[in-house]
Amino acid sequence: MAILRLVARRLLSSAPLLFLVSGLTFVLVSLVPGDPARTIVGQHATAEQYASVRAQLGLDEPLIEQYWHWLAKACHGDLGSSLFSGEPVTALLGSRLPVSLSLVVAGTAVSGVLGVALGLASARRGGLLVRAVDGLSLLGLAVPAFWFALVLIALFAVELPWFPVTGYVPLLDDPGEWARSMVLPVVSLSLGAVAIIAKQTRDSVLDTLGRDFVRVLEANGFRPRSVLYRHVLRNAALPVVTVLGVVLVSLLAAAVFVETVFAMPGLGSLTQQATVQHDIPVIQGAVLYITVLVVLVNLLVDLAYGRLDPRVRAS
Amino acid sequence: MTDRTTTVPDRATTVPPRPGLPRRLARRPAAVFAVGWLVLLTLATTGSALLTSHGPLEQDLDRVLAGPSGRHPLGTDTLGRDLLSRLLFGGRSTLFAVAEALAVYLVVGVGLGLAAGYLGGRVDRLITRAADLMFALPGIIIVLVVLSVFPGNLHAAMVTFGVLGSPGLIRILRAQTLGVREELYVAAARVAGLSRSAILRRHVLPRLASTVIVQAALFAAIVVTVQAGLGFLGLGAQPPDPSWGGLVADASQAIDRDPWMLVPAGVPLVITVVALGLLGDAVRDAAVENWSATPSSRRSPAAGPHAARAAAPTAPADPPDPAALLSVRGLSIAIGGAAVVQEVSFDVRAGETLGVVGESGCGKSVTSLGVLGLIPGGGRITGGRVVFDGVDLVAAAGATGASAASAARARVRGTGIAYVSQEPMVALDPTFAVGRQLAEAVRTHRGGTRRAARDRVLELLAMVNIPDPAAVARRYPHQLSGGMAQRVAIALALAGDPRLLVADEPTTALDVTVQAEVLTLLRTLQERTGMAVLIVTHDWGVVADLCHRAVVMYAGQVVERAEVEQLFALPLHPYTAGLLAANPHRAVLGRALPTIPGTVPPPGDRPPGCRFAARCPLADERCTAAPVALTEPAPDRITRCVRSAQLLLEAERR
Repeated sequence: MAILRLVARRLLSSAPLLFLVSGLTFVLVSLVPGDPARTIVGQHATAEQYASVRAQLGLDEPLIEQYWHWLAKACHGDLGSSLFSGEPVTALLGSRLPVSLSLVVAGTAVSGVLGVALGLASARRGGLLVRAVDGLSLLGLAVPAFWFALVLIALFAVELPWFPVTGYVPLLDDPGEWARSMVLPVVSLSLGAVAIIAKQTRDSVLDTLGRDFVRVLEANGFRPRSVLYRHVLRNAALPVVTVLGVVLVSLLAAAVFVETVFAMPGLGSLTQQATVQHDIPVIQGAVLYITVLVVLVNLLVDLAYGRLDPRVRAS
Repeated sequence: MTDRTTTVPDRATTVPPRPGLPRRLARRPAAVFAVGWLVLLTLATTGSALLTSHGPLEQDLDRVLAGPSGRHPLGTDTLGRDLLSRLLFGGRSTLFAVAEALAVYLVVGVGLGLAAGYLGGRVDRLITRAADLMFALPGIIIVLVVLSVFPGNLHAAMVTFGVLGSPGLIRILRAQTLGVREELYVAAARVAGLSRSAILRRHVLPRLASTVIVQAALFAAIVVTVQAGLGFLGLGAQPPDPSWGGLVADASQAIDRDPWMLVPAGVPLVITVVALGLLGDAVRDAAVENWSATPSSRRSPAAGPHAARAAAPTAPADPPDPAALLSVRGLSIAIGGAAVVQEVSFDVRAGETLGVVGESGCGKSVTSLGVLGLIPGGGRITGGRVVFDGVDLVAAAGATGASAASAARARVRGTGIAYVSQEPMVALDPTFAVGRQLAEAVRTHRGGTRRAARDRVLELLAMVNIPDPAAVARRYPHQLSGGMAQRVAIALALAGDPRLLVADEPTTALDVTVQAEVLTLLRTLQERTGMAVLIVTHDWGVVADLCHRAVVMYAGQVVERAEVEQLFALPLHPYTAGLLAANPHRAVLGRALPTIPGTVPPPGDRPPGCRFAARCPLADERCTAAPVALTEPAPDRITRCVRSAQLLLEAERR
């Protein structure tokens, strides 16, 4: 029950974010130069025809009412249709979502495992590994995912034909090909994330190692392995989980580039196309979806916090 | 002139003058490289027309995708355009975009950050809330929305990105401003009647300067990649105009024919971001170095002479007590190069209680941790022996026997020697229920099934007088009171049936009523289990209550060692006498409690002679001349005082 209450409370408190994003998008879109109604009816339509289309599109209402209508429809799962293909936006986004999700989740998992392992090792050994993590985090900042993806393609798809150059094979069609088509995108997505997580893990583990309880457990004969992997790691995990959430969100953004490079039919490449084509309903829908994903990620982080730290659970 | 009069009084309270940031940066090669590259890039892009003879749009269809040559230093693209020229001309839009986004970022970030931190109250809450909301958004997506509304308008995109990036800066500056605001010289300036904007401009902003530079460099690095990313997605400069991102997009079109083009298209971009990242790191490090320079330089020279002085004479042979369970001989410990504990020797016999007494900063706690081989703060044992039950637990690192000693320590911990710390509230892992931690200790030491371990845990909790063991076992450390937590910590220490319990001021952090309960508990436990106890304390009441013998420590050395009754009756060191006189348990009603004037000298600042001389009522020139050795003026009495014989005589005459 406590968990349900927490979930409900968190979802409620994220409502402002959803309003902010959708409202902001709406206001921006209302600034679009040009008149959709005019575009639809054409230059030679009568004034009545033009007015009826405007009314049909709701363009004759004040902005706040237009927003309200859009919101009411959105709550019923109606986000309008693509100006380009005429497809309903929800159907379009629904078909793209799994691709992005598998990419981002795989990227987070890979960078989480590698980052924590690297950070833990560099906290324990110091020396060369510390410099390696520092260097990696500088590279992670400096090497843009889209360029890194192209370098990977040049090396491991063109030069050595190990992986497909572009394209995406749905998991259910052929799991083996799906995995092969995911390798390069996930690697190019993970470079920066590994570095961020490794750095946070190192700082957090070093910080925890200096705490009193670690000395007490060691002094009372707890096995070093257990002290490190059960007790230190669990206490050090809290800030790492926060960073993991941030990484997940940033990967959602980076997916725009990686999906475009690898021609993957995901949310990111859809947003990019819609931006180029000024397909407003699709953009609005995509932004809404991505914001909802951000809210869900933050909720997951909070739940993980609760599992890891009894003090959070209690409050 | 009026300006003069306002600045003079607060100069006095300002931090001391320091070498300028540019000069400190010039000493760092990474910073020199970073600044050099950024300057070079700016010059090269602004003067690009002078550097290349080819225009960025000039096509040469006879030389498409040519590699580097004298004519085209970086080669040509799919239309035979010179890559160097396109790179340099494209760099202009990058620099311009960075300038735009950075300006917005700084204006919004610094303005709102300062406002939130300095004004506080409702303004602070409003700004913080808005910043938190914006922080959660993926910036790129919002920028894409802006670009779909204003097609190809990179200015709008960069302004938006500057705003979306600012919450990070707002948060950091807010926190720092809150700190600076409370500092004395800022408060003094407020009292002196300086206007709010003058205080912010003259006193607060300079302190935040290095943070702002660090954040700005990092943000600029991100803007460079984002601007290139937009260009790559075809949302920036429209072809055929050159841009860095567009170059990468062009390269991607030719990737199967000529992968070389990826190099000139991407490497300058990467180097630019690396340079900005290095610049940020260097500024941060230089700022940190500046704040911490004084204490560290003061500490290091102290290590040399004091390490040498550690070899002061130890007069009586002081052989290990053959009956002792624990024999510490000549134990010396250094932390951060400073000798914190020097030549400490004592014994603990099976079943007895030894008290280690002294003021704070005398090395008592470090000594007790040294017994377990767990020195905090990266310290290490520099000499001596710790023999437990006939096995030496200390061997210099790297020496033969070091791994044997560390294996011996691992074997002894928990089952031979257990440990109870000073702060019960932080002595347990906060993320595990009490019962699980205790069960892990039980299973580590005894093995056995989960069920057996659970039974033993309840038994242990009952042993330390926990009222409802089953309920407490399910609780987490933060749900326990201090006294309860200390009982649980004692139960944890008892899990391995130790033969010696090291307790480091186990009652200091507790309420007075709880202190007595915990002491009683320790005594009954000792009677029941027959274990020996080494208790660190500054409370004579604890010594009188529990201990058979006591070691008095001062400034890292043993100054007196004796049986407790003799020590109370006849202290043979003026420090012991002073401590006893200052004992609140002996306070006489209506008369001021005597105190020892002065403070314990810190490790770096210990005098060559008797370390207590400066505070000693009996000190004369013999005391300050040379190190004072331990002597044994009476059987089983050891003291480090040149007047010990005289003290003994005077006392016997009384």
